[in-house]
Amino acid sequence: MTKFIVILLSAVFINNYVLSRFLGICPFLGVSKKLDSATGMSLAVIFVMLMATAATWPIQHFLLVPNDLGYLQTIVFILVIAALVQLVEIVLKRYVPSLHKSLGVYLPLITTNCAVLGVTILNITENYTFLESMVNSLGSGLGFFLAMVMFSGVRSKIEGADIPESFKGLPVTLVAASITSLSFLGFGGVVENMFPL
Amino acid sequence: MNEILIAVIPVVIIGIVCAAVLVVASKLMAVKEDERFPAVRDCLPGANCGACGYAGCDGYAKALCEDPSVPANLCIPGADSVAKQLSEVLGVEVEDVVEQVAVVHCSGDCEHTKDKVIYDGIESCAAAKLMYGGKGSCTYGCLGLGDCAKACPHDAIYIKDGVASVYTCDCIGCGVCAKTCPNHLISLVPDVKRAVVLCSNRDKGALTRKVCSAGCIGCKKCEKVCPSGAIKVENNVAVIDYDKCTDCGACAENCTTKCIRIEDLRGCHHFKES
Repeated sequence: MTKFIVILLSAVFINNYVLSRFLGICPFLGVSKKLDSATGMSLAVIFVMLMATAATWPIQHFLLVPNDLGYLQTIVFILVIAALVQLVEIVLKRYVPSLHKSLGVYLPLITTNCAVLGVTILNITENYTFLESMVNSLGSGLGFFLAMVMFSGVRSKIEGADIPESFKGLPVTLVAASITSLSFLGFGGVVENMFPL
Repeated sequence: MNEILIAVIPVVIIGIVCAAVLVVASKLMAVKEDERFPAVRDCLPGANCGACGYAGCDGYAKALCEDPSVPANLCIPGADSVAKQLSEVLGVEVEDVVEQVAVVHCSGDCEHTKDKVIYDGIESCAAAKLMYGGKGSCTYGCLGLGDCAKACPHDAIYIKDGVASVYTCDCIGCGVCAKTCPNHLISLVPDVKRAVVLCSNRDKGALTRKVCSAGCIGCKKCEKVCPSGAIKVENNVAVIDYDKCTDCGACAENCTTKCIRIEDLRGCHHFKES
């Protein structure tokens, strides 16, 4: 049980995909302007990360590893994730149109998101079991959610600030992003000390 | 060669399986969209003004497809030509659109009324209204900072002598200005009628007189002279019922303060058609 909690918390805070591993920066900078689109995007990411892990972990351990095809991991995972997201979109459109509408364009956008691919591959390299992989994916998704929501707050403050002309737009956003990610360094070592193994 | 095949074949197989699943899924779970929807949507002007009462042109097009009882003549900016196209696509009879134009019910310009304070805050009627109801001495009147002019999608409103005026030949009758005005001075009027009340002051006559020489004092003279009983003085201001108004002009001739006037209200659709 302790191991699951450690995996979850460290995925959310210490190895935060956006702020520590620098994966998924594109939506982090692109979609964090407004709180509601940031939440929509993050929810879609959590959902897709879980689905992708559930699909890719069995493929790795029952198809690729027994046949000595470990080197095909990346391309197969991309293929499977892309197909999966499309399938999920079709199903949602048919059965849960309200959710489909609120996830909107974000669902197909995530198809090639590196954070999703990153989670599935890191689950394999960390040698997690299936359950641990799922917990790790949930934590990573939640970490993405946390980073997006925090940063959309930061950005709404930036909107109203008096910024030098040459810093306006992307430069000040990048500066703010780096300071936000610095603050997450403070979590280093916290979880390990909370739950000594 | 063999190693390449070992790598390629699994990927190809996985790709084919994924493709097959997607094809089956999209066939089985296809969402039926009304095939008329794109055609109906194309007829509408796409201004998303909301004058039809639906959330934008998409909303109106959807309602038209789903519910046959929704009338096809609700698009005021599109006027007769759009109504005609819509009824062709939907196969219903053509109904005439009542074209409308916006009218600002205030004539308190610099000549007729005075400022009570100097306002140098944000250039916005909504902001000015929060400060003691605006700078003018009449709290019902036009604030003159042009929120309506900024909102107008067709640039048909301008501020002249401190009062918003509608340049009617550019007005498409969408009603966006009416929703924007913090004093609710703007209303849509059928564009064939000409008599309009240019005051919204609901104070008693003596009070109105004090703040503006062009205001309606509620003397009810218009009520008496109107041959069709279309004018009523409600809350100390004359209101014209356009269903009854016959456009005779008697009210304007007899108005004590000349706040009922005959105006040329033909909107842009008139000029397009002629």
